[in-house]
Amino acid sequence: MSFAAPTTPSFPQNVHEALQDENLQAALRGSRGGFVLRRARARAALPEFDALRDAAAAMKDHVLASLDIYLERYEAQVTAAGGQVHWAETAEDARRIVLEICRRAEAKTVNKGKTMIAEECGINEHLEAHGIRPVETDLGEYIIQLRGEAPSHIIAPAIHVTVPQVREEFRRAHTALAPDRDLEGLDTLLREARAVLREKYFQAEVGITGANMLIAETGQSVIVTNEGNGDLSQSLPRVHIVMASLEKIVPGLEDAATLLRVLARSATGQEMAVYTTFSAGPRRAEDPDGPEEYHVVLLDNGRAKMAGTPFQPMLRCIRCGACMNHCPVYQAVGGHAYGWVYPGPMGAVLTPSLIGVEQGGHLPNASTFCGRCEEVCPMRIPLPGMMRAWREREMERGLAPATARYGLRIWGFLARRPWLYRRATGAARWVMRRMARGRGRIARLPLAGGWTGTRDFPAPQGRGFLAQWQERK
Amino acid sequence: MARPRVALFVTCLVDLFRPAVGFASVKLLQDAGCTVEVPMAQTCCGQPGWNSGDRETARSVAAQVIETFGGYDHVVLPSGSCAATIVKDYPQMFPEGDPLHEAAVALAGRTHEIVSFLVDVMGVKRVSAKLQAQATYHDSCSGLRSLGIRDQPRALLASVEGLTLTEMEESEVCCGFGGTFCVKYPEISTVMAADKTRNAAATGAGLLLAGDLGCLMNIAGMASREGRSFRCRHVVEVLAGQTDGPAIGEG
Repeated sequence: MSFAAPTTPSFPQNVHEALQDENLQAALRGSRGGFVLRRARARAALPEFDALRDAAAAMKDHVLASLDIYLERYEAQVTAAGGQVHWAETAEDARRIVLEICRRAEAKTVNKGKTMIAEECGINEHLEAHGIRPVETDLGEYIIQLRGEAPSHIIAPAIHVTVPQVREEFRRAHTALAPDRDLEGLDTLLREARAVLREKYFQAEVGITGANMLIAETGQSVIVTNEGNGDLSQSLPRVHIVMASLEKIVPGLEDAATLLRVLARSATGQEMAVYTTFSAGPRRAEDPDGPEEYHVVLLDNGRAKMAGTPFQPMLRCIRCGACMNHCPVYQAVGGHAYGWVYPGPMGAVLTPSLIGVEQGGHLPNASTFCGRCEEVCPMRIPLPGMMRAWREREMERGLAPATARYGLRIWGFLARRPWLYRRATGAARWVMRRMARGRGRIARLPLAGGWTGTRDFPAPQGRGFLAQWQERK
Repeated sequence: MARPRVALFVTCLVDLFRPAVGFASVKLLQDAGCTVEVPMAQTCCGQPGWNSGDRETARSVAAQVIETFGGYDHVVLPSGSCAATIVKDYPQMFPEGDPLHEAAVALAGRTHEIVSFLVDVMGVKRVSAKLQAQATYHDSCSGLRSLGIRDQPRALLASVEGLTLTEMEESEVCCGFGGTFCVKYPEISTVMAADKTRNAAATGAGLLLAGDLGCLMNIAGMASREGRSFRCRHVVEVLAGQTDGPAIGEG
């Protein structure tokens, strides 16, 4: 699976398949609750956590209001340090720029730290198509690369894979090792992955990493990892490419610190990720190591035009994954069902923005508006409100199903006419009570098969409240 | 203090499916010292339109609610979800400067979900009900996260003689109802509802309580299809001591 062609339009079918997938369901059951518990503990341990969230959101709003100024400053700083910023308006531009850099570096192998922007741009497929081998160095990314899959979570890309599946994959892929070796414990698996990946670090001519932040004041890019793979991916190869979307910018180091304080706590419940790496350009004369070339590919791909729309708050997102960790829909179906790069509540808002609501329209509809995502979002992004805004767009453009559009109008017509409304609900009550045949519930209800396929439908209990109240008066 | 004049907005689901919730609400409000009126022009709060993205229809229904429920000291609903629509959504439906915007803001300020109204506004600390039962409480999403209803129902339930409350795992996780969601994405909704009934059953409680009829119909419908042994009631039925009638989905 790659993200070249979104499968988002077939979301209901994807859901159906996800719910039948026993391995996926086992993996989801295994991970469920862990992130939630750890985030809750981290939050409880930091009294100023909510105040930090306010500060982080306000800072990002400020940046978004002056994005051009900060981006120019960032570019000037990168250039001054000897690096180069490449502006990519589209994913295609980004693919072209990255390939050109890799070709100039005569790269045969490219090491990759974890980057969702590279996923969004389909960098791996593009490099492979041109004879360059991308090697994922994040353990989760490495596992799904072996399996030929895309990430199903923005910070835990292989969360849909069970341990026995990883074991099987390692036996299949690591053919240089003894086939009958012991792979029982998690430690053993980890050691094997580490040994295999270590070797690859020294083979690559180019390293590609993402960026959690870009700092305008200093021209630095910041990545956080728990494995240190980001450091090795960027400091060992001769050429380092940072891929980032343009809203990753923050004004200064203080602001970066504010985001770092909420990021890991929201993501994994850690105070800080194990590695926080600042990179600031190519190796200087006095540096003992580091890349000779430093490139930043800044991707727009539809983000700039979100500014000034109801969807602008989405550009505050720092990709912690808390929304999907707390989302009952994501927890039921996993990330692949969403059909494109970004799953969960943040994906339900961002995907229609980036690939069009015509393709992504299911996602903002597949929500109960339970509000858990907004409750935990470190950047206080009003996710359900923006999903609702997408539904409004669909309604305005006639994209919502005709039954919904006309049904709502008829309901609205009745709801404004109490006397008529009472007649209509009275008739509905009569029909439902007949169908319940005195049992208090209905096993099969026409037009509501989605409900009664798996649940009984409680029938109306006696006459309506308003009618009874009026009589008593 | 003069008796506050309270308009009861029973909600469309209660009027249609479970009048007992309306009568229990009247009793609780009267016991708390309110003069209760039930405006007969009430229908629905408009949430189905608003949440489906049909702003025009939602606004027209909201305008009618604003007119019907003007002039009372408080408007009280036995639903956190419908109350949140009035409190949180109505002010967003009309642009500032529109007279309806001001009226919506005013109505939002006077509107409450019933259990939080009893505790937070009327200062009710205990009820006089009795019920020998072990119950568990599901936190309905809108009430919990939009209106902060969590401790109030538990405080009042603690005063019901004979009742013990056993918390279930993930009591704050959505039951999968979600208005039209449950029929638009039935497979996901089913998984969520089944998680809820499993967590509720694991407490051993014979009774599941919640403050929203939508959630309760979903949970009760799933529980009865699965043959679970617990029953479902709206929390006000227990608080008002009106539990003689059949539980939800039982006749």
